[in-house]
Amino acid sequence: MKELLGYWRPDGQVGIRNHLVIMSSVVCANRAAELIAAAIPGAVPITHQHGCAHIGADMEMVFRTLEGTGKNPNVGAVLVVGLGCEVIDAADLAHRIAVSGKPVDYVSIQKSGGTARTVEEGTKKATKMAEWLGQARREPFGWEHLILGTECGGSDTTSGIAANPVTGGVADRVVNLGGTVILSETPEIIGAEHIMARRAATPELGQKFLELIQQVETRYLRMGVNFRGGNPSPGNIRGGLTTLEEKSLGAIHKAGTGSIQELLNYAERPSKKGLVVMDTPGHDVESLTGMAAGSSQVSIFTTGRGTPTGHPICPIIKVTGNPQTWERMGEDIDINASTIILGRETLADVEERLFRYLVEVINGRLARAEVMGHREFGITRLSMSL
Amino acid sequence: MQERNVVIMNKRDNVATVIRDLAEGETLVAESIMDVKTLQPIPFGHKVALRDIEEGEEVIKYGESIGVAFAFIRAGEHVHIHNTEGRRGRGDQQGGRVL
Repeated sequence: MKELLGYWRPDGQVGIRNHLVIMSSVVCANRAAELIAAAIPGAVPITHQHGCAHIGADMEMVFRTLEGTGKNPNVGAVLVVGLGCEVIDAADLAHRIAVSGKPVDYVSIQKSGGTARTVEEGTKKATKMAEWLGQARREPFGWEHLILGTECGGSDTTSGIAANPVTGGVADRVVNLGGTVILSETPEIIGAEHIMARRAATPELGQKFLELIQQVETRYLRMGVNFRGGNPSPGNIRGGLTTLEEKSLGAIHKAGTGSIQELLNYAERPSKKGLVVMDTPGHDVESLTGMAAGSSQVSIFTTGRGTPTGHPICPIIKVTGNPQTWERMGEDIDINASTIILGRETLADVEERLFRYLVEVINGRLARAEVMGHREFGITRLSMSL
Repeated sequence: MQERNVVIMNKRDNVATVIRDLAEGETLVAESIMDVKTLQPIPFGHKVALRDIEEGEEVIKYGESIGVAFAFIRAGEHVHIHNTEGRRGRGDQQGGRVL
């Protein structure tokens, strides 16, 4: 088999990209972060609408997400841009990311004296990082260093028949090779949790898993409305998905057949190899953001209706089982699995194609979402802003 | 031999997924030709009943319950939100499963 090539980081993780990230610690610093990133070819801005006016577990989750994103091994260096009075302080965030051993620095708008001076100071710092990153070279690494995220979005009934089983086959291969696979999107396990719980590594973990699903369902039931309309979404329903249970029973196929080794909080890094479950919303961007903050380097994203979604630092490989979507949105989609429904290829044929493509993307081939410049980033929240 | 026009995920299933737009009166073909004709047009990706499903009976796909029929569904009929509802995530129903 072709070997994997990546960028070894000081903390022993291996990146499959070598990004310079300009990250705002708070929404007020977004413009400055964007201007700094625009001044440096190849630099990636990561901005968001948070960083202030949240407390407790809600604040910690946002902080953990930003920190984890900076620590993701696809990131070679980080410049944090803050305002100066925010909850998620730029210096604090920079110090927490710097534990990874990679170059990290920060600038602060109130300290620098305004947007223009912050951009000037930040650009100088980031330019030095870019120069340093340019010297990095890919070197061989083993599957035990790979964390693959799985995601489905804009699902229809072809997802459960074709795209998810194919992705599950690749997930099983990654697990068997010693790697890690994350299943996320907790609400989209509702109705299929009895099947997944039987696959937990221990009875205790299976019980904890069932409790997690129940907690999540209860949290949303307090809204007093039927999930249907939100999940399955209007597009899911037009695509033939009738109930949340039907969607979930199709969705779990994408993580393969491995036994569950660990349950993770949103944006938490796995400590075990094999199949792990991360508690994220079904919201695609928030789910992908959580898995990337948990150190996953690449995700496979199945879609029936078609979606262009990417991520700022991780390649997102899109797979569709719907022939019409492949025809209409091929520029946004990497792998055509609709040949299964048309009877032209078997599940095993497409699984082999997807696996080979995954290896190519790991080794540097740009996924379609990277080619199109997609870099959606969204942090989930537990509570409202103060 | 007619070309396959539906996919059945599990032998326990009482619904199949149609893999091209079906008109009224078409015979369902899975691994073999079935003794069921569509009673109405059914769009690509949507479900068709493989046998009569009573009101209150579970709708089965992947060999598992995907919800309950809230009307009598005849073999060959379109199975979707107009006759099938989920039992999970029903915050609209007092005394739901989890509360």
